[in-house]
Amino acid sequence: MDFSPVWISLKTTACASAVTFVLGILAAWAVMFIKGRRLKAVVDGILTIPLVLPPTVAGFFLLYLFGARRPIGSFVEDVFGFRIAFSWFATVLAAVIVSFPLMYRSAKAGFEQIDQNMIEEAKMMGLGKWGILWKILFPCTFPSILSGMILSTTRGLGEYGATAMLAGNIPGKTRTLPLAVYSEVAAGNMDRAWIYVAVILGVAFIAVWIMNMTAKADREIKM
Amino acid sequence: MKKKILAGMIAAIMVFSLVGCQSEEKKEETETKKEETKVEGTVTLAAAASLEYAFTEKLIPEFEKEYPDVKVEGVYDSSGKLQQQIEAGLGADIFFSAAEKQMNELNDEGMIDSDTILNMLENKIVLITPSVSDKTFASFEDIKNAGTVALGDTASVPVGQYSQEALTSLGLWEEVSAKASFGTNVTEVLNWVAEASADCGIVYATDAATTDKVKVVAEAPEGSLKSPVLYPAAITKDAPNPEAAKAFYDFITSDEASEVFESYGFSDYRDVK
Repeated sequence: MDFSPVWISLKTTACASAVTFVLGILAAWAVMFIKGRRLKAVVDGILTIPLVLPPTVAGFFLLYLFGARRPIGSFVEDVFGFRIAFSWFATVLAAVIVSFPLMYRSAKAGFEQIDQNMIEEAKMMGLGKWGILWKILFPCTFPSILSGMILSTTRGLGEYGATAMLAGNIPGKTRTLPLAVYSEVAAGNMDRAWIYVAVILGVAFIAVWIMNMTAKADREIKM
Repeated sequence: MKKKILAGMIAAIMVFSLVGCQSEEKKEETETKKEETKVEGTVTLAAAASLEYAFTEKLIPEFEKEYPDVKVEGVYDSSGKLQQQIEAGLGADIFFSAAEKQMNELNDEGMIDSDTILNMLENKIVLITPSVSDKTFASFEDIKNAGTVALGDTASVPVGQYSQEALTSLGLWEEVSAKASFGTNVTEVLNWVAEASADCGIVYATDAATTDKVKVVAEAPEGSLKSPVLYPAAITKDAPNPEAAKAFYDFITSDEASEVFESYGFSDYRDVK
């Protein structure tokens, strides 16, 4: 039995979650300060779109930009001598792109619920943008952020389409759990697929449990 | 009020669509009577992905011109996946596999009309590189010089099994499989090489011919494959539309169809046996 997909997926998901966490919160926070309503809507749309696109379309765009013969892909290879396509890094990239909108939207939804007067007062008391983020937005919206983190983490763990297109299916290198499940099922090895499925089910169960616990804790705080 | 308007609109749409269906049905009936052909309805074809272009671009339109009342619906995928889908009740009339294994397994399960199994085509496996390649490959054995290799999954994709057989007989399997990405169908393998994600890959000659983004380095050396890559076609035992299936089967195993297949890089295998 080959357990490498489990480790590859855990590594990929951990890295992707960390990146998505930071980028998602920063993006939500930055979008809050955009003044023009139209510009805000456009930026919001662009940041959300990977969520509603089929993963293969996200993969298509990733390949179009980061493929070995494509603009960014060939630039990185020329300058750093590193090929993104078929690398483990590509699994992280794919996971970040598809899971980012979930973190971004959860954080943004949380930020929008905060009383604007509180923020205005904080501004008057001399708190800067970073201060507002750390001292007000972040602590007040912790449940939203946590649920965004869990949703994006599990979405990243489940990423298949874009990963297969950009990172390939290299056992021991880029074969993540969803790819392993697909390959085993395609080969008719349902028993082996079960082991990978069980790991994913376990993680999914824990994720839902944490989310329910935080929702409960949040309600109790508000009461 | 709004709800009433909405309900009225929905009702109107439903009535219109019913009327539309009726008139279409009538039209179809009169047309069939005029031509007096018994062969009609839908034929579901389950064919290996490498046959897709020959069918969609040439054979199916030609057949439908000859039999205007028959509609051919093609399902194209790796033979292993098609086998699973047929077992799961795809309802295919014709199975055109890219290897004998899947056909034989289905036949053993009693899902194929055994008398109709015909080894129709042969396909060769070739080493390909991106059309603009930074590494030089001169022979099939040069595959060992690649950084990454794109192969079909050996457990589910016939071209993967043939690649493994050829590489094993050349004593290169261990070395090559360690740096291989395994595609779950041959199109995926082809695209990995076309996009230069992999330095080289092994696909069918017919797949290599579908894009100018890859170039063929060499065919697998003579003798590296014990048996040739054969494409058997057959009618399924429980074909939902047996008459139309028979007409389509006769058509795709005809000399006329053989010429079309050859224009897509296949070799006719009917004469060889």
